[in-house]
Amino acid sequence: MSLNEEETIFNTRLIEEVLEAYPEKAKKRRQKHLTVAKAPDTEADPGALSECTVKSNIKSIPGVMTIRGCAYAGSKGVVWGPVKDMVHISHGPVGCGHYSWSQRRNFYTGTTGVDSFVTMQFTSDYQEKDIVFGGDKKLKKILTEIDELFPLNHGTTIQSECPVGLIGDDIESVAREQKKISGKTIVPVRCEGFRGVSQSLGHHIACDVIRDWVLDQDGNQVPFEPSPYDVNILGDYNIGGDAWSSRILLEEMGLRVIGSWSGDATLAEIERAPKAKMNLIHCYRSLNYISRHMEEKHGIPWMEYNLFGPSQIAASLRSIAEHFDDKIKEGAERVIAKYQPLVDAIIAKYRPRLEGKKVLLYVGGLRSRHVVNAYTDLGMEIVGTGYEFAHNDDYQRTGHYVKEGTLIYDDASTYELEKFIEAIRPDLVGSGIKEKYAVQKAGIPFRQMHSWDYSGPYHGYDGFAIFARDMDLAINSPVWGMFKAPWKTAA
Amino acid sequence: MPQSVEKTLDYSSLFLEPEYKEMLATKGKLENMPEADKVKEIAEWTKSWEYREKNFAREALKINPAKACQPLGAVFAAAGFEGTLSFVHGSQGCVAYYRSHLARHFKEPASAVSSSMTEDAAVFGGLNNMVDGLANAYSLYSPKMIAVSTTCMAEVIGDDLQSFINTAKDKGSVPADFNVPFAHTPAFVGSHVTGYDNMMKGILENFWKGKTRTPNNSINIIPGFDGYAVGNNRELKRILDLMDVEYTILSDVSDQFDTPSDGEFRMYDGGTPLEAVGGAINAKATISMQSYCTPKTLEYIGTFGQETAAFHYPLGVTATDDLLMKVSELTGKAIPAELEKERGRLVDAITDSQAHLHGKSYAIYGDPDFVYSMARFVMETGGEPRHCLATNGTKAWEKKMQALFDSSAFGQDCKAWGGKDLWHMRSLLATEKVDMLIGNSYGKYLERDTDTPLVRLTFPIFDRHHHHRFPLWGYQGGIRVVVALLDKFFDELDKKAVASDDAAYAFELTR
Repeated sequence: MSLNEEETIFNTRLIEEVLEAYPEKAKKRRQKHLTVAKAPDTEADPGALSECTVKSNIKSIPGVMTIRGCAYAGSKGVVWGPVKDMVHISHGPVGCGHYSWSQRRNFYTGTTGVDSFVTMQFTSDYQEKDIVFGGDKKLKKILTEIDELFPLNHGTTIQSECPVGLIGDDIESVAREQKKISGKTIVPVRCEGFRGVSQSLGHHIACDVIRDWVLDQDGNQVPFEPSPYDVNILGDYNIGGDAWSSRILLEEMGLRVIGSWSGDATLAEIERAPKAKMNLIHCYRSLNYISRHMEEKHGIPWMEYNLFGPSQIAASLRSIAEHFDDKIKEGAERVIAKYQPLVDAIIAKYRPRLEGKKVLLYVGGLRSRHVVNAYTDLGMEIVGTGYEFAHNDDYQRTGHYVKEGTLIYDDASTYELEKFIEAIRPDLVGSGIKEKYAVQKAGIPFRQMHSWDYSGPYHGYDGFAIFARDMDLAINSPVWGMFKAPWKTAA
Repeated sequence: MPQSVEKTLDYSSLFLEPEYKEMLATKGKLENMPEADKVKEIAEWTKSWEYREKNFAREALKINPAKACQPLGAVFAAAGFEGTLSFVHGSQGCVAYYRSHLARHFKEPASAVSSSMTEDAAVFGGLNNMVDGLANAYSLYSPKMIAVSTTCMAEVIGDDLQSFINTAKDKGSVPADFNVPFAHTPAFVGSHVTGYDNMMKGILENFWKGKTRTPNNSINIIPGFDGYAVGNNRELKRILDLMDVEYTILSDVSDQFDTPSDGEFRMYDGGTPLEAVGGAINAKATISMQSYCTPKTLEYIGTFGQETAAFHYPLGVTATDDLLMKVSELTGKAIPAELEKERGRLVDAITDSQAHLHGKSYAIYGDPDFVYSMARFVMETGGEPRHCLATNGTKAWEKKMQALFDSSAFGQDCKAWGGKDLWHMRSLLATEKVDMLIGNSYGKYLERDTDTPLVRLTFPIFDRHHHHRFPLWGYQGGIRVVVALLDKFFDELDKKAVASDDAAYAFELTR
């Protein structure tokens, strides 16, 4: 029996065992979200992918401790929050804006509180009377107060929290009315947390309002000289500077990035997007909707790319270049060649320290597949991966990256994750802040793969050096050797 | 190429390299950001008196408020009971937020489940979510108690927790005698300290309802919402043990949020034993360490004939004196010589550093009890707490603060700002400068914008590690606060000396 077959048997049994703890009804529902990746049938189809299809994008089961967030988190927290020259109001009670305040590490340049507002928390702080009488009047006043106190803001978004939709506030008409007065872009977003099943619907809603309230408005058109090499970066939120360490490569190969969505973005960059020759999409899950829209309406082609780890970077730069002329193709080769010595040095240093280490991932909707090759470039092996809020097309794409026998989980509960980790004992777990400390206490190295654990960037060649360093320092820390008291191990 | 494997540059230095600076300059031309002169002009204007007046005239918008919502306090309170799992009824994203928020501060796992209500529950109510959710949480996480609170979604649609829990029990989600205390915790009323109060009362009601009290000599202590609970509760217990007092801490999170790394993840650790919660009805008295965290709870306890007393986050010399004397009065136990010595050591520390503390001016923000106590202690050291701000402070709190200012010569130029936020504080600091700001991690933006040195002494602290492991309460805690303030003053003094060649002589060895 091959190693992969052994893993398949082990993981299949593990899933069965873990499901045993659930009451019958929950067990039936959860088993559809867990599987083991099957080998591709390459005889029938040489290009076939590993199959790792599970049910996804379905409501979480009450009481199981899902790690998912909500639509508000997807819109305010992910898509809109990083747009730096706009004020984003957390419209509703105080909590949502408070907990998401400055927590996503969306780097930006600018003067906070003057021309940039990303790391601030603006809220309507709903009180009981707002729930009873409605919050539209308050919202109107807020929009005026924002313009008085922050005259350099380029617009406002209204990020709805749960009560807004429940009490029937008409934020759209307030937005329309105020826009007439101020002339600024005002975007009402119906991203109430109870909508949909996760952050994912929030991404979609955010994209829809970008379409309706920004792109279709033909608002402030900042003068712009087009070039044949204009591209947008879509779905890079500049966590720890990711969009910057990506942009530098695209520009080095001769492209011009005219918009960055939405890490370090400005409203002008978003408005200008339809003038690009091509949309390059990194986080497919969050921004594929708007890419498709721009393709349909503006005829802009889009393609996915992946700047995690040298093998994916080189492949991505080449496939991007395919869409352009020889100048860009040569540019891509020049960039890849330029960074090769750095890549060689990183791998020479870290691969011997990381070779064969087993990694278990559980992230949002993209990185659970996108980072796989960054690990395999370092000689590491992915033993389990899954998403919080992915859809079917994400699981299909995961087949590009994982091998037979890999454990696959969708919207895993904390219980499932803990049991999987306990049974597999990987050498590294990559997930989020809610998972970090529990995993570490069990004696297993951990890196936050949403925030880069307050490090980064991880995108691009410069980012790969940091990524490799961080994985090494997590796994090879002396602290793991001190967990057991010596008098206990001696006994 | 700036990056290398020998000297790996990460975000803090990579983007300062010429390649990146050039790239960002090119990006800048496409951004349509305002001209540098304009930005500078507006930046200066935001620090003017004119701006301050506009800012304080604000009626609807909150900017950087220093408060969270009720369920966070409820989840925190519940975490302090043995084997207790928080179950928050409503939208699921909220629970992800509370868990992350607590984990980022304590650097510990924070467990809680959601009933994951979505659109259909918004229309039909969340009964099924409660019935299934309790069953699942009970099966998967084997809690000894499930404490139910609510997000604003469940509150707006008006779900009735009592009847939902009864129905869930009827349907066998959890055993009929299983403890499922609950509290309605609407996010649009009060703040996290209100949620703490509601959940604490809910838990006591669960155990005490319909019971009669047989008084004994024990006392109950309710710590309140406190990011320093790990250090503080342990210090409190040490003090009470030294006094040989019989006591029950109602909600003790000190072990739950400080579990060891030894290879085992403890989802539950420590906490008030459930048996002790039931027994706490018989106590002679209940002391609240934070008055604003427990108004309804103390009122409820009072109905059983218990004496109650409430403090404001006892910190510093006289506040600790008051606490110890109250405990002594209630229990008849003398304050031991050991504690008197500790008191002397705190007074000694203040005396030794008196010259550096006297006349310093402060801005303080945080929860109402913390701000009260910190202002009081600052005045004990000869400092002036000029701007005292609590976003979740009320008019009544402002009055109390004013009475405190009036009680000391050092409080003459001081003012309390209830209901104001950290953007108001920015105006205060820009127009009426102080020597030091006391607050939490969010204060770093104020430190940057107004050049006011920040000392982090209250929840949440995300950007410094392990502060919460050391107490602020008691005389020993007081010494720690004094050291934190002094270290900051001295560091600032050194920084200033180093910054200017002309002041190099001030870079002194002994102070």
